[in-house]
Amino acid sequence: MLRDLSWLPLKTDWNAHFQAAKQKPFAEATADLLALANSRIDLIGTQKLDKYLQQNADAARDSLSSARPVRLAILSSCTTTHLIPSIRVGAFRRGVWADIYEAPYSMMTQELANPASGLHQFKPDVVLFSLDANYVAGSAGATAQSAIDDMRRLWKMAKEIPGCTVIQQTLLPVLPRVAGSNEHRFFNSPNAILSAVNSALRSAAEEDGVHLLAIDEYSSRAGVAAWHDPTLWLRAKQEIHPGIAHIYGDLLGRLLATLRGKSYKCLVLDLDNTVWGGVIGDDGLDGIVLGQGNAVGEAHVALQRYAKRLAERGIILAVCSKNDEANARLPFERHPDMVLRSGDIACFIANWQDKATNLRTIAKTLNIGLDSLVFADDNPFERNLIRQELPMVAVPELPEDAALYVDAISDGGFFEALTLTSEDLARTQQYQANAERERMKDTTTDLAGYLGSLQMELHWSPFDSVGLSRITQLINKSNQFNLTTRRYTEAEVAAMMDNPGYLTLQLRLTDRFGDNGMIAVIIGRVQPGATLDLDTWLMSCRVLGRQVEEATLNLIVACAQSLDIRHVRGTYLPTAKNGMVKDHYGRLGFQQVSGEVDGNSRWLLEVGEYAPATTFIKTVEGAIDYRRDLQPAN
Amino acid sequence: MRLTTEEIYSQLTEIFRDIFDDESIVLTPETTAADIDDWDSFNHINLLVATEQRFGIKFKTAELEDLKNVGHLVQLISTKKRA
Repeated sequence: MLRDLSWLPLKTDWNAHFQAAKQKPFAEATADLLALANSRIDLIGTQKLDKYLQQNADAARDSLSSARPVRLAILSSCTTTHLIPSIRVGAFRRGVWADIYEAPYSMMTQELANPASGLHQFKPDVVLFSLDANYVAGSAGATAQSAIDDMRRLWKMAKEIPGCTVIQQTLLPVLPRVAGSNEHRFFNSPNAILSAVNSALRSAAEEDGVHLLAIDEYSSRAGVAAWHDPTLWLRAKQEIHPGIAHIYGDLLGRLLATLRGKSYKCLVLDLDNTVWGGVIGDDGLDGIVLGQGNAVGEAHVALQRYAKRLAERGIILAVCSKNDEANARLPFERHPDMVLRSGDIACFIANWQDKATNLRTIAKTLNIGLDSLVFADDNPFERNLIRQELPMVAVPELPEDAALYVDAISDGGFFEALTLTSEDLARTQQYQANAERERMKDTTTDLAGYLGSLQMELHWSPFDSVGLSRITQLINKSNQFNLTTRRYTEAEVAAMMDNPGYLTLQLRLTDRFGDNGMIAVIIGRVQPGATLDLDTWLMSCRVLGRQVEEATLNLIVACAQSLDIRHVRGTYLPTAKNGMVKDHYGRLGFQQVSGEVDGNSRWLLEVGEYAPATTFIKTVEGAIDYRRDLQPAN
Repeated sequence: MRLTTEEIYSQLTEIFRDIFDDESIVLTPETTAADIDDWDSFNHINLLVATEQRFGIKFKTAELEDLKNVGHLVQLISTKKRA
């Protein structure tokens, strides 16, 4: 809602990280400090960070070498001192260093006119006019026309400074109404004058080549009451509340970064539960939630519309999804409610590799920097993976409610732009053509480091009555990571619970980001000849690439040993959807038995020869309350 | 929710230490701006805003005009939390 930096991730141990970063030599702490700036900090966190950056200003300025520092002069009619730390941090967050000069307040004309003034000595390359509503529209005899004329005179003087860009802040709508909804008819009303000025500013700024900082628009998101406190206005002449300074600083920081050419160019979209509701590989074309008649389906359509509008103004769209490519492309080609079509996507990556590798491929294919990517994914695991592996990629924190996805991306202001060029309009087509020419190349990433940091625990227990309904749901719903796709009713599953001829396992994965819920189900039948036949092995695709398969096999073998089992037999029965597990048993060290018949394959593992795989997962035995699974964890 | 004077001091101390980035700050009823480096008019407003946010209260203009020392501020918070 733009009351806090809600699109940035909350770092609960922010202070500890900050103290740790301060212990390091500055040059080695830059990445940590950027991550701290790119977390959901408030007034105090912002000031602490700024204070430390100011104490190391020369090193900090040098560390942001990819963009020329900004020299910003603020000319204001009221107090702005309390905004300065936030402006510096807002620019730093986007990789731009800002040196700031604050002119004594209400000395705009004097500072501009006097060649010996502090302003001219500072030699700014950006001048911001931050004029308060009372100053512009509150005095007796004020008119919109004279206010605009005054501003244009100031702009003209500022533009005489060599190489200087001018930013004009729009007026914060804080003046009281004397009439009401039709205030504009009361031409002497300060409120009406203010509105008229804000309206006229758009065209005047356009004509004069001045950029706007549209706090009138942004303050309406959180409410003017959050931006302006009459008490503080009277006490300290702070028109903008210190509690909102970090928002203001971010808004201005975006503009400054954009002036330095630092802006994001590409929106990378996850598919399942981001572009549509549900999982295409499991739910199929008819089963995904998308389109009219369902509020969640409409929320996903709204995200697609927003992405389409971004594309129309020059943002490149890409897809990064854990899916079989054929499944992933199906809705783009065949679903009637899709707004985005294959032609809108400049680079389409759907596979089972980790997403950091895939984002590298996307950047390389499109020939843009990783620092041009914004990655939108509903899954916190993927978001955190990217934040850790590729800190230069912007990863907005998507709320759990799909209806709020658009605001999260929009409020984050990643795609700040100053002008629309014809090149922008043609860009998506151009990138798509390039992408078709490029072949994908494998890249590697430090996945092990990330997995090690996750503190994963695999909780397991035999089937029990508490887990029964979720087990049955998974057995009947899982299509992709499902070796045999055998379906069983709840009664049949319940019968296995009481049958000593069965080895059953329900598995749940937790990590430091939370609980992934029940993620795997194993059914084994004890056969003559000390053999365990794996009737069912299924797993949720959301935990792919996290060594859960290896940890599960370790567990199966341990259970088998306790039952004096000597051989474990696995079967793969191909379907239209489970191609991804074709080599599952082979990858885990099973030997294939005889040839394939109709694609069916059988596999054998000698328990005595099995060396448990090393994983980053700790295995924990115990019953867990599975009822929470009725609402799938995000 | 009512807070004891000790609880108010403890939370206020956290805010002061945070804002002035000084873990050695110990507040007494007699503490004033003269006792803490950097307690200027700029940080004064930050203190008041952070205090309002932490305690979920709002100071009136007149109350701020009369503020004399930390003891006075604690009293003010206490009265507001009781109301």
